[in-house]
Amino acid sequence: MPSDESIEKTAAPKRKKTPTAEQMAAKQQEISVTEFFEKNKQILGFDSRSKSLLMGIKEAVDNSLDACEEANILPDIEVCIEKVGDEDYHISVEDNGPGIVHRMIPNVFGRLLYGSRFHALRQSRGQQGIGISATVMYGNITTGKPAHVQSKIEGEDEVASGMDIVIDTKTNRPIVTNDKPFDWKGKDHGTKIEYTIKGRYITGKQSVFEYLKDTAIVNPHAEIIFRDPDGKKYTFERATDIMPPRPKEIKPHPEGMEIGDLMKYSSASAQKTVSAFLKNDFSRITDRIAKEIVQKSGVDGNKKPSDITREDAIAMLAAISEAKIMAPPTDCLSPIGDTLIKKGLMHVLDGLRPEYYATPVTRSPKAVNGNPFVVEAGIVYGGDIPSDSQVQILRFANRVPLLYQQGACAITKAISDMDWRRYGLEQRGGKGIPFGPAIILVHVASTKVPFTSEGKEAVAGFPELQSEIGLALRLCARNLKSHLNKMERKKKTHAKFEIVQEILPDMAKKAADHLGKPVPNLDRTITRIMNVVWVEPSMKKESKSKRCIKYTIYNYTSSVRTFRLHAQLPKESLKDLSLYSSPYFLDINDEGKANWEIREIQPSAHVEVAFDLTGDMADTFDPDDIYFSGLNPVMVMGAEMLPGDWGIKGMEIIESADDYVEEDDEDKEEEEEDLDDE
Amino acid sequence: MNERQQKALDSLTGVVGGIYDQLDGGEIPSMELPLRSKKNIEFDTQHNVWTYGDLRTSRTAKTVNGAVMMLRTVYTSDFINDMIRDGKSSTLREMYYISEGWNNAKFHSQDESNLLAEDLETITGCMREDFKLRPEESGAHVYGDLNFTTMTKKGMKTMNCIDDVSEAGFAVPYKVEEDTFQIDPGNTKFIMAIETGGMYARLIENGFPEKYGCTLVHLSGQPARSTRRLIKRLNEEYGLPVTVFTDGDPWSFRIFASVAYGAIKTAHISEYLATPTAQFIGVTASDILNYDLPTDKLNDKDIGALNAELSDPRFTDEFWVTEIQAMLEMKKKSEQQALAKYGLDYVTDTYLPEKLTDMGVL
Repeated sequence: MPSDESIEKTAAPKRKKTPTAEQMAAKQQEISVTEFFEKNKQILGFDSRSKSLLMGIKEAVDNSLDACEEANILPDIEVCIEKVGDEDYHISVEDNGPGIVHRMIPNVFGRLLYGSRFHALRQSRGQQGIGISATVMYGNITTGKPAHVQSKIEGEDEVASGMDIVIDTKTNRPIVTNDKPFDWKGKDHGTKIEYTIKGRYITGKQSVFEYLKDTAIVNPHAEIIFRDPDGKKYTFERATDIMPPRPKEIKPHPEGMEIGDLMKYSSASAQKTVSAFLKNDFSRITDRIAKEIVQKSGVDGNKKPSDITREDAIAMLAAISEAKIMAPPTDCLSPIGDTLIKKGLMHVLDGLRPEYYATPVTRSPKAVNGNPFVVEAGIVYGGDIPSDSQVQILRFANRVPLLYQQGACAITKAISDMDWRRYGLEQRGGKGIPFGPAIILVHVASTKVPFTSEGKEAVAGFPELQSEIGLALRLCARNLKSHLNKMERKKKTHAKFEIVQEILPDMAKKAADHLGKPVPNLDRTITRIMNVVWVEPSMKKESKSKRCIKYTIYNYTSSVRTFRLHAQLPKESLKDLSLYSSPYFLDINDEGKANWEIREIQPSAHVEVAFDLTGDMADTFDPDDIYFSGLNPVMVMGAEMLPGDWGIKGMEIIESADDYVEEDDEDKEEEEEDLDDE
Repeated sequence: MNERQQKALDSLTGVVGGIYDQLDGGEIPSMELPLRSKKNIEFDTQHNVWTYGDLRTSRTAKTVNGAVMMLRTVYTSDFINDMIRDGKSSTLREMYYISEGWNNAKFHSQDESNLLAEDLETITGCMREDFKLRPEESGAHVYGDLNFTTMTKKGMKTMNCIDDVSEAGFAVPYKVEEDTFQIDPGNTKFIMAIETGGMYARLIENGFPEKYGCTLVHLSGQPARSTRRLIKRLNEEYGLPVTVFTDGDPWSFRIFASVAYGAIKTAHISEYLATPTAQFIGVTASDILNYDLPTDKLNDKDIGALNAELSDPRFTDEFWVTEIQAMLEMKKKSEQQALAKYGLDYVTDTYLPEKLTDMGVL
């Protein structure tokens, strides 16, 4: 990688005489990491003016989000861009995170490859600790101005400190000036970084705004304020107060380890013996497996881990590859979750008035080479999303939006490899990025997301990941397709509803007026036209966090009907008694699956089933998702027949199926047949 | 309220009553109407015109379209009844706008309201004029030595269609029935209906009407009902021969057909509107050859129209089949004003005298 650089460094001054080895040696010197990156800015993503501006902000915001989550604080982040010269922009990013202790500030912001997360195996946004200091350095180089950092940690006695930081590119050490404490009015804790950078402010694709918007989608627990160079203020409000579960740190898993890794771990180990080192410094290695490895590799289990030689390491790795070791634990991952993905999408994309948010899919975690990963996908469809262009792809890795190198990304590849025509989108020849009014979201979370480059712009593909993305997308697309089918049916059937609800009553009234006769009763006529049980859903938005759901059920048949309705409600939103007080309400289970029974509804009569949903999750419920049982499906319009897999949580295909719920369903079905007189 | 209006009122109330009774009886309301397409056009030997045959289409409230049409029928009937009672009238366009307040019965285009007015005519056997509905404008003008006595703001007045009118001629009102519109044929020997305004003006400028005792009727495209009704009265009541002079293209053939045989859309009142003895002067496909007229190529739409005419019962006589096939073969059409190729006077000095003599009109 640095070959060009080293050649330049060691190249002799222009002399006619051939330089001797001694002379060359005099010129050879250590290149500092900082110096190397200064010359290879593009590796970090600082390759164009507009991208540089974005990358800096991205690094700062990623750090803020990570810090807040680590400290269990709901993030409030404010990003401000000011134009101060032709190409010079003054950036500030402020958070309400835990703050940084005074002595650590210079290292965090002024030293490359310094960070808390490099050695940890856990899902986090920043990983290498290059980002924010690279930004500081890039600002230093391009404008000659130092970065300014201020931070305050929580505590009554704590005082905020502020300082200017410049990175010495020769030594990779921060140079601090103007370091002084100050009183940060109104701030309990948090950090603010300000720097000046050469850049170009753009709008639209790959812009700061786009990045922050996408960030808000996958971080619905964060509030992000953005002030653009024109002084315009955008606020991405917090959509939920639920913090993502804190990902646990795990020890490295032996699978997929390289010799270098093993040597590194062993030399740093605090364990006294090789056996203890294997057992305690890795995950999923039991006493038995440790013994097996020691035996098979022929390494002395009682020697100090730091005494492990290269040969030992090779033998141990061979033994490890033969041993049967459990996959790594997956609680180190923090997927966003289907509800919160939907929530985030709804919150940020509401301006587009999408017609449908396909139920997002969170796959169960998988592991490859000792690295656990999980894939999530969501699809938004219709509304004002442009229908004549390619679908928009929102790619995320560990909750960070990926804006560049879409074409090189495993996510894009998985989308292109799928035949979307089956799911209601247009696609030329069944390959490539599909066309249509849709936005596809894919999130890959892992302790170690395989990026294609240090700039962290595209996810590298490997077969297991590729297939997981494909599976998640297929499940999601299936939801979309069934919605599209439902809409198609609804459009057709709604016409009839219009006839009996509006046209005929109007006709009867007008004709009666004209003739001076009483308005005729239309029940029999309507029954003849419809001959179905009609379920008409409606939703009223009472306030930001309250939805009134109402189902009006009309019996447009000539017989008395008894049947059940079923819906999956967001259980967090059932805070009042409206649901339970309905005379038709039967029961609800822990997952929020509610059942109602409509008993003996007379011909031409109608009844109402209503309830309120409150709180954050109220808007995630789609009133069209209503199911019935106990009637012949040809006799019902406006509700779907209860699916066979109702009761199996989501679409996950995992070992533990909820058998008893299914039995429950079968009982119901038997009941249905008795009732069905058609 | 005169007798015709009373009849209209009663028939419309009958239509609404029918719908009411069906609703009251728990039925799905439905209505039967003659099928109004060229498939259902038959020759009426009694009147020598084409009218609707026995094919019927039923409209039912089971479908949204059917239900909406019936709702409109009720609203429109009610509206017309109010007009008749209040002694008002409205244009079809006004009715289209009035329907704004009719909820689901609202017309989405004027075609829809025109069609419904025609539906009501076929159901009730009344005329649009009885419903106090009039078209936007007649557009037609008459020039020739005959006299019309008609209602003006200053009472009944008699006007000569050369002496008392401007160069553009006499504007035909929307209603030309005997009660308000009386005809004195004067010195007119025959009628010539002309498609384009340019040719109409050319003939007037050249003094053709005066020289040959001809009264010109400017059709301005597809003729309005009152124009066709006027031609019919001139022919039927005063025995004046009627000739039609149009462009030489498929659309002009249809103009002739609606004057002579009756239009498909108004076939229920063909006996009032059509003049079966009307003769076609040209421009015919043979004229294009015989007079070597400048031409345009037929476009796809023209060809489609010609083929459609071949399956139109009104064009099944030998003359039209030959003409249409000749035009399809040469793939060319021509305008009446193409005759100007031979000078401005050619049409009045040569073409028309020749054609009219052949036809036995002169």
